[in-house]
Amino acid sequence: MGKQFLLGNIKVPGIHTYDVYRKHGGYNAAEKALKTQTRDQVIEEVKFSGLRGRGGAGFPSGMKWSFLDQKSDKPRYLVCNADESEPGTFKDRFLMEKLPHLLIEGMIISSYALGAKTSYIYIRGEYMYVLRILEKAILEAYAAGFLGKNILGTDFSLDLYVHPGAGAYICGEETALLESLEGKRGLPRLKPPFPAIAGLYACPTVVNNVETIASVPCIVNISADLYNDIGIGKSTGTKLISASGHINKPGVYEIELGLPVEEFIYSDEYCGGIWKGRSLKAVVAGGSSVPILPANLILKTAKGEPRLMTYESLSDGGFVSGSMLGSGGFIVMDETTCIVRNLWTFARFYHHESCGQCSPCREGTGWMEKVLHRIEHGHGHMSDVDLLVDIAKKIEGNTICPLGDAAAWPVASAIRHFREEFEYHVKYPEKVKDPKHFEKEPFVSEKLERAVH
Amino acid sequence: MAKVTIDGIEIEVQDGTTILNAARQIGGDSVPPAMCYYSSLKDSGGKCRVCLVKVAQGSAKDPRPMPKLMASCRTPVMDGMVVQSITSPEVLEARKSVVEFLLINHPLDCPICDQAGECDLQNLAYKHGVGQTRYEEEKRTFEKIDIGDKIKLHMTRCILCYRCTFVANQITDNRVHGIIGRGDASEISTYIQKAVDNDFSGNMIDVCPVGALTDKTFRFKSRVWFTNPLDAHRDCKKCSGKVVLWTKGEEVLRVSARTDQYNEVKEFICNECRFDHKIKSDWIIEGPRHIDRHSVIAQNHYEKSDLQKLKKEIDRQIEFEKGKLLSPNNPG
Repeated sequence: MGKQFLLGNIKVPGIHTYDVYRKHGGYNAAEKALKTQTRDQVIEEVKFSGLRGRGGAGFPSGMKWSFLDQKSDKPRYLVCNADESEPGTFKDRFLMEKLPHLLIEGMIISSYALGAKTSYIYIRGEYMYVLRILEKAILEAYAAGFLGKNILGTDFSLDLYVHPGAGAYICGEETALLESLEGKRGLPRLKPPFPAIAGLYACPTVVNNVETIASVPCIVNISADLYNDIGIGKSTGTKLISASGHINKPGVYEIELGLPVEEFIYSDEYCGGIWKGRSLKAVVAGGSSVPILPANLILKTAKGEPRLMTYESLSDGGFVSGSMLGSGGFIVMDETTCIVRNLWTFARFYHHESCGQCSPCREGTGWMEKVLHRIEHGHGHMSDVDLLVDIAKKIEGNTICPLGDAAAWPVASAIRHFREEFEYHVKYPEKVKDPKHFEKEPFVSEKLERAVH
Repeated sequence: MAKVTIDGIEIEVQDGTTILNAARQIGGDSVPPAMCYYSSLKDSGGKCRVCLVKVAQGSAKDPRPMPKLMASCRTPVMDGMVVQSITSPEVLEARKSVVEFLLINHPLDCPICDQAGECDLQNLAYKHGVGQTRYEEEKRTFEKIDIGDKIKLHMTRCILCYRCTFVANQITDNRVHGIIGRGDASEISTYIQKAVDNDFSGNMIDVCPVGALTDKTFRFKSRVWFTNPLDAHRDCKKCSGKVVLWTKGEEVLRVSARTDQYNEVKEFICNECRFDHKIKSDWIIEGPRHIDRHSVIAQNHYEKSDLQKLKKEIDRQIEFEKGKLLSPNNPG
């Protein structure tokens, strides 16, 4: 088992309460930062730690913090993005549910570093019970003097609020989140200006993922040097992976970045191998938005090097033979999975969640879903496969926010790697009538079969 | 001031001007089309994505190209920026695809649509679209709602440009309609039926780029190219009173605000002028409205030709063709 910075104390009974959390070294980092470090020191520390945004894009957090407009005399805000809605990702819920004080401590230190006097946690509406846990924890923190006026006798004051969304995936996009937080329709803004200049209420704002903020106390605690030691190259520290799908042990795992993907899937410490003794077919490595990879490409890169759980290694080979670490939603599919059906499910999600503001995404996501529905149910034409590739290409890059890209990438990659399966659905409509068509008899590539014989 | 090069033509514009407006100052074929941007409405634009352009050089200070195509209506120019509009095949491809996206759920009921002949989407599709559709699915439909006695809403034709909500927000004193729902299910709607009734609400009709919002008093009266448009004005306390009368013989079929060459209204008119004065004697007629010769409305439409104006137009065309020849795609 590797180092556990976030989930180290997860098994301690009652760790969600203030007393137990404090007894196990909680809020020490907040105390250290507020009493012994200046704001710039904390920012430098985070910069040096190499911490990267854990929400999906992997942008260096310290750099994001330093973009914040410090000259402006407007108030500054820190917003925690807890609108975790990516299919396959459930790490933030686990973290907030079990360790609410870790997030609050992270919010205190980060707000201190950024000079924010009011901070928000924007949580998705479906996590209402988590919101109650957080609100209870916030009250405890107020009572213990870690929130409110003049925290620990310093001149730093902070008010922390939890705000529930109303159930929209798009509100995980940072500008849509800010619109929603302001009480408007959750529509992404046109950038520039970026939130660091004009974010919440047109004031300088930083939006960070739950896990990113929860990693800050540990960086302050153990020092950036030690945090930096974990991981490979520009991927430092640990990352929570939400493992789901056809594996023996699904769940949230904290891994040291740099762990080989093969070890993560097959080792008993983590996923414990593919269930029912079946073989691996494909993996979506970072939540539904990232390109899907077939078994041969997820375990080894196109160059034949072992694939590691790092931002760089997973994206090795670009979108031709690589993927992304994304938010860490690790979806494993065994040989009985129908890629077309899986893709149709994803497309249905993006169609449902598109905000409808810009035309390529509004019209394109619905079109892709309808075509995929047709193919999956045996009513497709051969030309539909190329049509899908073309629609995906025309959405990608032409939209206001990344949801368009997120809808296009899975389609483009699935057809790139599993084209034969799409063609099979068109060629043999009677064989795919049963919704569980590959369950009894897994799909075998004709090309491969010919090569074997 | 910032120097910007669009399709090989250099122009100096005020700081903060958008690429689209800089291109409009040059004029000609390089001007990106716009379906949602409206120069007289603040915050409009950025949604339809037909005005995408390629920024080949960000600025003189930072000459890197921008990674994605940019919405020209909302991207301000920088000094030394190099923009490709019609000279970039990538941009033309993107425009074509946006037209396709806009049309897949559009009912294409132009033969019975009052907007036909003066419809931005029709013009856009003629210029950038393809003649065939690849969409064989069912088109989306909406439940019909009645938003008021003056304006007819056809939600199936709507392309969700949000212009009408900006009009209601910025020109009327009370917005009672808005976009509800999400994704391709979002629609224009009112909280209370028949609620749109305001002194300036009629301008929603003029800003609508398609036939989603049309004049109920003009409904099915005549095809627009069978009418005779006249410039006219009257003394109005609420608005400028400068309008276009769409007449047939002595009858005034419709009154609308005057639009410029990009089909945009600069001076909005009030509902009284629009709906309540449909008699020629209420107006001081200035003369025939200038209609672009490319428009279908120009058929049988005779204007007194202004030789000076014509010469100017010809000179501008020649100047533009020169610019085209100098563009990077046409080195000869």
